[in-house]
Amino acid sequence: MPDMSVVELSRLQFALTAMYHFLFVPLTLGLSFMIAIMESVYVMTGRDIWRRMTLFWGTLFGINFAMGVATGIVMEFQFGMNWSYYSQYVGDIFGAPLAIEGLMAFFLEATFVGLFFFGWDKLSKVKHLMVTWLVALGTNFSALWILIANGWMQYPVGAEFNPATMRMEVTDFMAVLFNPVAQAKFVHTVSAGYVLGAVFVMAISAFYLLRGRHADLAKRSMAVAASFGLAASLSVVVLGDESGYVTGENQKMKLAAIEAMWETEPAPAGFNAFAIPNQETRTNEYAVHIPWVMGLIGTRSFNTEIPGIDELVVRAEERIRNGQVAYAALQRLRADRSDMHAKAMFDLHWQDMGYALLLKRYREDIGNASEQEIAKAAADTIPRVAPLFWSFRLMAGVGFYFIAFFALAFWLATVRKLDKYRWFLKLALYSLPLPWLAIEAGWLIAEFGRQPWIIDGVLPTFLAASGLKLHQVIISLTGFVVIYTSLAVVDVYLLRKVILKGPDDMPGGERRPNHEGAPLAAASSTAA
Amino acid sequence: MDTIPLDYETLRLIWWLLLGILLIGFAVMDGFDLGVGTLLPAVARTDAERRLVLNVVGPVWEGNQVWLILGGGAIFAAFPALYAVSFSGFYLAMFLILFALILRPVGFKFRSKVEDKRWRAVWDWGLFVGGFVPSLVFGVAMGNVLLGAPFHFDDTLRIYYTGGFFALLSPFAVLCGLVSVSMLIAHGAAMLVIKTDGPVAARARRYGSLAALATAVLFVLAGVWVANGVTGYSIVGTLDAAGASNPLGKQAIAAPGAWMANYRTMPWTWIFPLLGVAGALLSALMLRAGRGGAAIMASGLAIAGIILTEGVAVFPFLLPSSTDPNSSLTLWDASSSHMTLFVMLVVTCLFLPLVILYTSWVYRVLRGKVSPESLEQNHNSY
Repeated sequence: MPDMSVVELSRLQFALTAMYHFLFVPLTLGLSFMIAIMESVYVMTGRDIWRRMTLFWGTLFGINFAMGVATGIVMEFQFGMNWSYYSQYVGDIFGAPLAIEGLMAFFLEATFVGLFFFGWDKLSKVKHLMVTWLVALGTNFSALWILIANGWMQYPVGAEFNPATMRMEVTDFMAVLFNPVAQAKFVHTVSAGYVLGAVFVMAISAFYLLRGRHADLAKRSMAVAASFGLAASLSVVVLGDESGYVTGENQKMKLAAIEAMWETEPAPAGFNAFAIPNQETRTNEYAVHIPWVMGLIGTRSFNTEIPGIDELVVRAEERIRNGQVAYAALQRLRADRSDMHAKAMFDLHWQDMGYALLLKRYREDIGNASEQEIAKAAADTIPRVAPLFWSFRLMAGVGFYFIAFFALAFWLATVRKLDKYRWFLKLALYSLPLPWLAIEAGWLIAEFGRQPWIIDGVLPTFLAASGLKLHQVIISLTGFVVIYTSLAVVDVYLLRKVILKGPDDMPGGERRPNHEGAPLAAASSTAA
Repeated sequence: MDTIPLDYETLRLIWWLLLGILLIGFAVMDGFDLGVGTLLPAVARTDAERRLVLNVVGPVWEGNQVWLILGGGAIFAAFPALYAVSFSGFYLAMFLILFALILRPVGFKFRSKVEDKRWRAVWDWGLFVGGFVPSLVFGVAMGNVLLGAPFHFDDTLRIYYTGGFFALLSPFAVLCGLVSVSMLIAHGAAMLVIKTDGPVAARARRYGSLAALATAVLFVLAGVWVANGVTGYSIVGTLDAAGASNPLGKQAIAAPGAWMANYRTMPWTWIFPLLGVAGALLSALMLRAGRGGAAIMASGLAIAGIILTEGVAVFPFLLPSSTDPNSSLTLWDASSSHMTLFVMLVVTCLFLPLVILYTSWVYRVLRGKVSPESLEQNHNSY
């Protein structure tokens, strides 16, 4: 078993780099679509203002895209670097969607994004529009494959353990592809990205209107964002991915933890609007309980029961015992391939073997675990409840707020009064950080809520780490913190600079005096 | 498994070849970006010249870098054990590559957005690091593949790597790193000759042809070293090419001269080292003559020849273990399952030609020299 401090620091590094990467990706998802819409209007109407809108938002998109690319490579490499046993154990399944993402999606967006910026005077209007749409399509395909990979970690379907290779292997590729958890996650996550993109455009446009600048561009941009945002905010809540939580044991545990529902309630379960969950006593203090709501959100039905945490722990204990049987059978099977009894026992219980691996935290020879150790391992299946409980309320609260906000914005756009009310423009401006908070909270619920598993029910996180030395992880973690912090400062500075300068600098707008023309011309004349 | 139309052994061989193709694809496509980054301070002295150089690769580097992403993903999908051992074993080297590569996207995008000398100087430095460091480290890594890495598995296939970062920097591995740096410099210089005129192109011709000559010399030197001074590895007995992917199922030993075995039994494979040397020399000549198009073809061939030379030498090994040769990874016992290899092959056959098709279209649209005037007309230029 790897050193626990290496495990914890590797987790911290993965969480920080993933959450940081996830600041940029959702904006890319949302903005690319809105830019494609704006350019489509330009191509259809031929009105120059829509071209300038495309260029202006495109510049902001470009800065954000560079950050997304820079931080994205890190994600792909880290599985092998810090989670080598994970990579070895499930690479047969998990590697495929990552490779397909590169082939099918990232190549598309990255190849055409250059042409988006450099192809304006080299392509016809329609061809350039096609390039822009291909970038948007590429970013969304990218999200699809990444979430298929992630969905499999949450709900590992279509694979089984192979004793000869000591790893999980694909048995049904279609099941991995059409994993219901992955599908729910995809729709929910891209919708969240669209909301974020819409809020970004709303807020910056509101800023211009408050200052009385670029009213033409700002009003039109707001109208696009209002309709796009309304559709997206409805979709993000209605197609929220908690609908996927009814499948898979750990997903059920996550749902129960989100709700701090310690005991099973008769269906439909109630919703704790407020509570202070106590992990030690497994109770809630000061709970404000609203009947029925949770059952309806979680199961979309009146009579499906949602199991509580205590019940799930009892089930986990049972699975640990079955897992011990499978683990013992595996040892016998490896010693003697022809042991048919061992084979039969393994086939019966292999799906619980991951639960027995939880015992590795307490002892190597997990077959001899004491009752107390089994109870401890079963209790380990409960994620930290309070952070999940509050993250969910933050995320859902922001989600509902944006439905109301975009409904209002859409109505104002319809009656052409988007720029009439200063309070509304201020509301739009100050809403800017909210979607990021909701999105990061969503990431936390999905991934922190998956603990103690790296793959639900199959492999505990602590076993998945590489056998690195502590100083190696400290060096990389420190390095990432330093470079990411510096880049964050630079990124915000540049975005602010571009926003303050405004869209007038775009070709076709009022051009500022050209500072670089002279030296460049000089350089080219000396060249000749 | 009966429904898979290709047998396991064939699929493993195809994926070994595809890995080579992806590696060559990366070195050819992203390689010229890296080379241009390394050359940046040398070939471009003024700010105007530097912007010219950045805009040669500016519109295409993002797509090119996907070859690296795809390479990583393909190793993960097709040879998960190789991905797990090399990325975790070479941990700090990988971190160094990431650190350098992070500087590239932001360097391109951010540098010219602010008109300040120091700001631009910092990003120029970042772009140089982003080109030079990955070129060097990838080469060093390839050298360490020939030397073997200190790792072994326990019976649950958990990986134990017993070396440190500085042990990777042995003289032979550094020599391989220099082959890689000079090879990519020559390749990048050819791109600059194609896309620019004037002093930048003149310097690119000069430095590029020197780098190409250096590539030939260093590559031959490394080859002589491999033939005489590097201990190779070989399989003892037979290894079931269609067996389970478990590296512990075979026996292997360290054997002096073993890396030359394939060249002895299959003399036609000498064509690859010859291609490496001839391509490098030809690219030196073409660069000197100012013929960028021919030079880039030649350096592309050199890259392919050099990578394949190593592939033939170590075949069937992917990464030998120097401390426990039995734990070595070979293409026959470190691959994904039969089904995954097949599914990934189908996906690759569908999408890789498409990628090549639209990439060619993009290069065609962007053809022609980058001129200072064209930078002024496009506010998105770097």
